[in-house]
Amino acid sequence: MTALPPPSAKKLGLVIDLDTCVGCHACAVACKEWNDGGQFGPLPDEDPYGTQPHGVWFNRVHSYAVEQATQGGTRELTVHFPRSCLHCETPACVTVCPTGASYKRAEDGIVLVDADRCIGCQLCAWACPYGAREFSMERGTMQKCTLCVDRIYNETLDQADRQPACVMACPTRARHFGDLGDAQSPVSKLVAERGGYALMPEYDYQPVNRYLPPRPRRDGCADAGAKPAPEEALDAAQLPGVLRWLDRVLSR
Amino acid sequence: MRPTFSIIAFTVLSGIGYGAWFLFGLGAAIGPACSAGGLSGPSGATLTSCHAPFDSFAALLVASACVAVGLLCSLGHLGKPQRAWRAVSQWRTSWLSREGAIALLTFVPAAVLVVRYGLALQSPTDGVAVTELHRWNDASWDETGNRLLGGLVALGSLATVFCTANIYASLKPIRAWHERHVVPAYLLLGLYGGTLLLHATTTLSGATWHRDRLVLLVGTIALAAGCGWIKLRYWRSIDAQSSIAAGQATGLETLGVVRAFEAPHTEENYLLHEMGFMLARKHARALRRIALVAAFAVPALLAAVALALPAVQVAIAWLALASGLAGLFVERWLFFAEAKHAVTAYYRR
Repeated sequence: MTALPPPSAKKLGLVIDLDTCVGCHACAVACKEWNDGGQFGPLPDEDPYGTQPHGVWFNRVHSYAVEQATQGGTRELTVHFPRSCLHCETPACVTVCPTGASYKRAEDGIVLVDADRCIGCQLCAWACPYGAREFSMERGTMQKCTLCVDRIYNETLDQADRQPACVMACPTRARHFGDLGDAQSPVSKLVAERGGYALMPEYDYQPVNRYLPPRPRRDGCADAGAKPAPEEALDAAQLPGVLRWLDRVLSR
Repeated sequence: MRPTFSIIAFTVLSGIGYGAWFLFGLGAAIGPACSAGGLSGPSGATLTSCHAPFDSFAALLVASACVAVGLLCSLGHLGKPQRAWRAVSQWRTSWLSREGAIALLTFVPAAVLVVRYGLALQSPTDGVAVTELHRWNDASWDETGNRLLGGLVALGSLATVFCTANIYASLKPIRAWHERHVVPAYLLLGLYGGTLLLHATTTLSGATWHRDRLVLLVGTIALAAGCGWIKLRYWRSIDAQSSIAAGQATGLETLGVVRAFEAPHTEENYLLHEMGFMLARKHARALRRIALVAAFAVPALLAAVALALPAVQVAIAWLALASGLAGLFVERWLFFAEAKHAVTAYYRR
């Protein structure tokens, strides 16, 4: 049913640390690999080695240059930005769906697509400002991040492995998974500590995922655009005789 | 947003179809106006001639065809059209579902009307050629039933177009659609297109109801002016809208000025293909002018000419419809092409 379930206490989601993300795309690749073979797959790529490859990826990693004001001038920060479904609390993508294929789970808040019901009308993709949903031309249905619901409850995996593929693949621990509805959970504490924020809250979709902003940089480091290092003043009087002569010759 | 032929054909064709149905249904609901005929029946008794406003079997049939073809075109946009029947189940939350449900429901009274009219036209009328529904002192003419059916068709048509408009108007990420002129414009454009369609198709039955023709011609001019005005206001409103910056989309604007440095993928993906459609401003301006002229100015001028020269009414009705349809296609194409989706803020578009 595309009517939204009553708000659940458990709000599973991701916390993405924009400070430690280095833009390696390991999360994007791990997600693609897991979901291509998993319960919600396949994620076929058309013409993958040809001139116009295209396919559905649930996670896309953007890169932005932020021109930040400093004491001396400006500096440019490179911020890598993974974008995937935010598993919103009141998502429009669920309510616009005409068939009930797009639904939000009542028990943990994960938003999913029922591929057996989806008619591929793409209205949910139009309704999502974050671009979480992509249409697969090959399958004729919509696909999106599943929060690895087929991993996190999977009893055949070790407890430590019951996390989304992207979280496990990240080499810099820039991705965290947990219950953002529980104020005492590690992810909630991380959000509170680092001032995590939701994307475009003005849409009132109440995203559950949080992004941790880059930490403040120290001024005076080797920044592009900072004042150049001062010229070294050479006191020729201090030098021994030969070097004093050499300095005079070279300065002509 | 990328304009796709299937959706443009669907909204334009079904829009004018529903507009014509609305007028027809309204006329049937208002009911027939009767006058002593001037025709004699078999026993010498005078027959009364009654007809409802906008009454024309040809118009009813063509409008029904437009609605049906339009709805079928919409299936062309689906990834899995064979499952389209599922789309009426979520009418509690989804405007698309409501539209589907009401569209299907409206077919019921419309179909009954078509059958009744068809049968009535075939019933014997003493050798008098009948091209419209005239009640020749016929006790079996179910006036109340036809009024009710007409009313249902009119209401259903109005409700369906209202739902279609709200599918677009309810989408917050697309500022050009989530705008207050969109729903009124859809309704008005549907009514206007329906007027053009009705006027043209009534000429097929060779009907001679001058009073309705006058209403339709004046209506064409008035609605053309109204539609032109509302489109101009809409375009002025969307021109004034600012687009979302990358800093706002990423939430990094508090740090400084944000620009996209490298895209997440080298090739175009579904999002960029569907929503990254860019229309150059100068092309938009030219197309807007074309739409205004073809859709509104030309049919209005032709209608004015027809008011002055009744002899050319038939040709003018069809010319006005052709021009109007072309203009409405351009207008709908622009409605898509000029709409920007919020997700493009993440990309350098």
